[in-house]
Amino acid sequence: MKLWEFTGHELLEKLAHQEITQEEILCALDKRREEVEPKVKAFVRIEKAPAPLDSPGPGAGFPGLPIAIKDNICIKNRPATCASRILEGFKPPYDATVIQKLKNAGFSIYGQTNMDEFAFGSSCENSCYFPTRNPWNLECVPGGSSGGSAAAVACGEAIWALGSDTGGSIRQPASFCGVVGLKPTYGRVSRYGLIAFASSLDQIGPFTRDIEDCSVLLKVIAGHDPKDSTSANLPVPDFLLSLGKDIKGIKIAVPKEYFSLSENMALEGITQEVNQAIGEAIEQLKKLGAKVQEVSLPHTEYAVSVYYILATAEASSNLARFDGVQYGLRAGAGSAEGADNLIQMYKRTRQAGFGSEAKRRIMLGTYVLSHGYYEAYYLRALKVRALIANDFANVFKDFDCIITPTSPTPAFKLGEKIQNPLAMYLSDIYTISINLAGLPALSIPCGFSSGGLPIGLQIIARSFDEEMLFRVAHCYEAHTSWHKMRPKI
Amino acid sequence: MEYEAVIGLEVHAQLKTRTKAFCGCLTEFGAPANTQACPVCLGFPGSLPVFNEKALEYGMRAALALHCQVQGFTKFDRKNYFYPDLPKNYQISQYGLPLASGGFLEIEIAGAKKRIGIIRAHLEEDAGKLIHEEDNSLVDYNRAGVPLLEIVSAPEIYSPDEAYEYLASLKAILKYLEVCDCDMEKGSLRCDANVSLRMPGAKELGIKAELKNMNSFKAVRDALNYELKRQKEVLESGGSMRQETRLWDESAGKTRPMRSKEEAMDYRYFPEPDLPPFVLSDEEIKTIRAGLPELPAALKQRFISQYGLNSYDAGVLTSEKPLAEFFEACLRLYPRAKAVCNWISGPLSYELNSRNAGIESLKLEPEMLVRLIKLVDEGALSNLAAKALLTEMLNSGRPADELMQEKDLAQVSDRKALDELLDKVIADNPGSVRDYNSGKANALMFLLGQAMRLSKGRANPKLIGEMLKKKL
Repeated sequence: MKLWEFTGHELLEKLAHQEITQEEILCALDKRREEVEPKVKAFVRIEKAPAPLDSPGPGAGFPGLPIAIKDNICIKNRPATCASRILEGFKPPYDATVIQKLKNAGFSIYGQTNMDEFAFGSSCENSCYFPTRNPWNLECVPGGSSGGSAAAVACGEAIWALGSDTGGSIRQPASFCGVVGLKPTYGRVSRYGLIAFASSLDQIGPFTRDIEDCSVLLKVIAGHDPKDSTSANLPVPDFLLSLGKDIKGIKIAVPKEYFSLSENMALEGITQEVNQAIGEAIEQLKKLGAKVQEVSLPHTEYAVSVYYILATAEASSNLARFDGVQYGLRAGAGSAEGADNLIQMYKRTRQAGFGSEAKRRIMLGTYVLSHGYYEAYYLRALKVRALIANDFANVFKDFDCIITPTSPTPAFKLGEKIQNPLAMYLSDIYTISINLAGLPALSIPCGFSSGGLPIGLQIIARSFDEEMLFRVAHCYEAHTSWHKMRPKI
Repeated sequence: MEYEAVIGLEVHAQLKTRTKAFCGCLTEFGAPANTQACPVCLGFPGSLPVFNEKALEYGMRAALALHCQVQGFTKFDRKNYFYPDLPKNYQISQYGLPLASGGFLEIEIAGAKKRIGIIRAHLEEDAGKLIHEEDNSLVDYNRAGVPLLEIVSAPEIYSPDEAYEYLASLKAILKYLEVCDCDMEKGSLRCDANVSLRMPGAKELGIKAELKNMNSFKAVRDALNYELKRQKEVLESGGSMRQETRLWDESAGKTRPMRSKEEAMDYRYFPEPDLPPFVLSDEEIKTIRAGLPELPAALKQRFISQYGLNSYDAGVLTSEKPLAEFFEACLRLYPRAKAVCNWISGPLSYELNSRNAGIESLKLEPEMLVRLIKLVDEGALSNLAAKALLTEMLNSGRPADELMQEKDLAQVSDRKALDELLDKVIADNPGSVRDYNSGKANALMFLLGQAMRLSKGRANPKLIGEMLKKKL
């Protein structure tokens, strides 16, 4: 087995026993990257020599372990572009709180991964750099928006990585690439330094190859941050204690709007292979002692509409700051785009700086907040959001977790949905509601399509009960081997 | 045709918290450009606001002093518009649930009291400042993110003079509360005015103009006067008003159109997702209310009834809180209210005005002024000499007795010395002596004036009056 094939906790153990050195790990990763990166194109930037620790914290438990970071998380004095031309040349003068925490724990920041521009997309095709490809099939997308992080972890270019999830941007690519991806509870991880898409939905979370790594990484990045008023002032449990437990008697709900428990009755839009893989995963969980029952989340059908109103409204405001005044691209006098006055500078900067999906969402968000439309769209969507959250709260009165497919299909082909935004939006149909409700959810590998593409199982728990996710997922993982499969690339 | 003017004022008061509303940057005025700015107030990507609760406390103090209903539960909204002085291109403000609503401010106009309604008061962040050069414009973000309280009056102000009084009373209250410096020239208090005309007795409001860019209370009054005249002319010539925003041009003494209603911005307000709502308990609100100082109007009434002052004097003494405190500190040492009042509202106020200073910035202790007044009351110092001495005291910070000795200003009541002085005056002014003796009483005043001048104001005026009459 090559070094890049090991998980983070396995490498830590080897380091602790002095079987390997940090240099050997870096070397192995570099070599692996040389082999696969020209095909996969997961990274937008690589540090030639990963910076030695700025200041390793007292309890630095991760001596120099490299980690890949999505390009919308600020790292001091390194570019952060959100894969957008408009942030060309911008180097944040500060570390995101999660980066500070990683540095304190001893991690080295390895490279920055590709994404859909400003996290707008589900395929990693909306990047100003290049599309990233799925390591399982280079004709296919890795999912998005955190496609670069998912692909890098899947093909061994990174041991682990951080992404961000606003409507499924961690879970969907994790499912497409056959890795573990977690969206923590809203407020569990500080958003300080995450370049905002939709502030009330965004969360940073880990990509890993197994549940143990996921729990280890969440422990490092979670916790209250005085710099983020929406971060929860709650203690962070020792998630490792949730591992290795059985799930006898755990009550699992399967919402009928997401998945049909009756055999051979796949819901519309879901592929037969996904349907089968999820069905088998449920059988496996039953065998392990879980009690599975069908429930209803009656407001599910409104989730995509509500999401695209609220998320774009917030995005239209969050992205207003990219105007050419202080940083990033400016179509100023003398530049190629040229501008003689303020309004022209705004228009030409934003015209040249944003890609078409960003423009589409800014326009949509501006529209739903406009005078005369606010009540009909934004305000109504806020109310339905509360109803959706309430659906989940009702289920969690009687159940410990909810299980659904992560995505209705395995990875699709590059270019397949890029001309059809609505079809693209529907690939997040199972993940979006969870952000609207602020709940924690993760995706773990649970099978493959006949074409050899991974399929992901989504587990959802109560707010701040990531322990339940880890318990159920770790038990499932211990009795399956999907997570051990690696793409042949 | 006489129209009725209807005016509403929107005041932006900078709250004088040590740090900005949503970050730790200092708020000091006059620092070099962009030295009080950080990623948060510059709106850098990824930065997040954290609310400075001192701003909430200050805003709450003002709201309670303006008799407002206050919200224990309140939240922030985003006001979206593009302008280079606004780093995020949205302003964190309050829209749906303002901090306070439904209060009033009492003003005195032509001796009568009048209440002007306060529709709402809300917290928001200030923008930066643009500096225009010939070929480009620069932005100073030191001011960006400084907390503001926007106070919106009801359209119940009916003349430019009332508007002036409203602003003066509001300034006095905010200064008493120590929540705002209220210096319009430094921009710590800003005022926009909505103004329209209507037929007397009409219930509907006329079409309004919003006036901006007034940099002093006087400018507000002047702009309103100009605008009312302009609107009257438009209406009388058969024209109709259009709703618009107009800028006051101080040097031209005119308002000019800035934008019409059609060009008015759609601010697309929505709840600020980066800040959870904040909650003040009834208990906390009670504590803030209990901590409010005695406000100028109440203090003025007390000075009138407790010390027998007239309305004007009481008004002068309560115009600034430190002055009122100084007055009462003097009274505790020397309870002759009328004398102390005369000295403070007269010579001392004159000195303060000419120095453009507040009492708190001078080196004058209540003991020092009281000693000076006592010297006059005991006859040791003439009024004239005492005034001169006050100037010296303020310049040097030294006590009256010391300066009196040094400057040789003690009043002369020694008969022998005065005898010699008067003899010299009589010898030098034979014409006036003749006039007096031929029945012109005015001549005596002239001769006494000469004696005072010759003694550099030190001669005891009562004594030389008696002595001169005898001599003549």
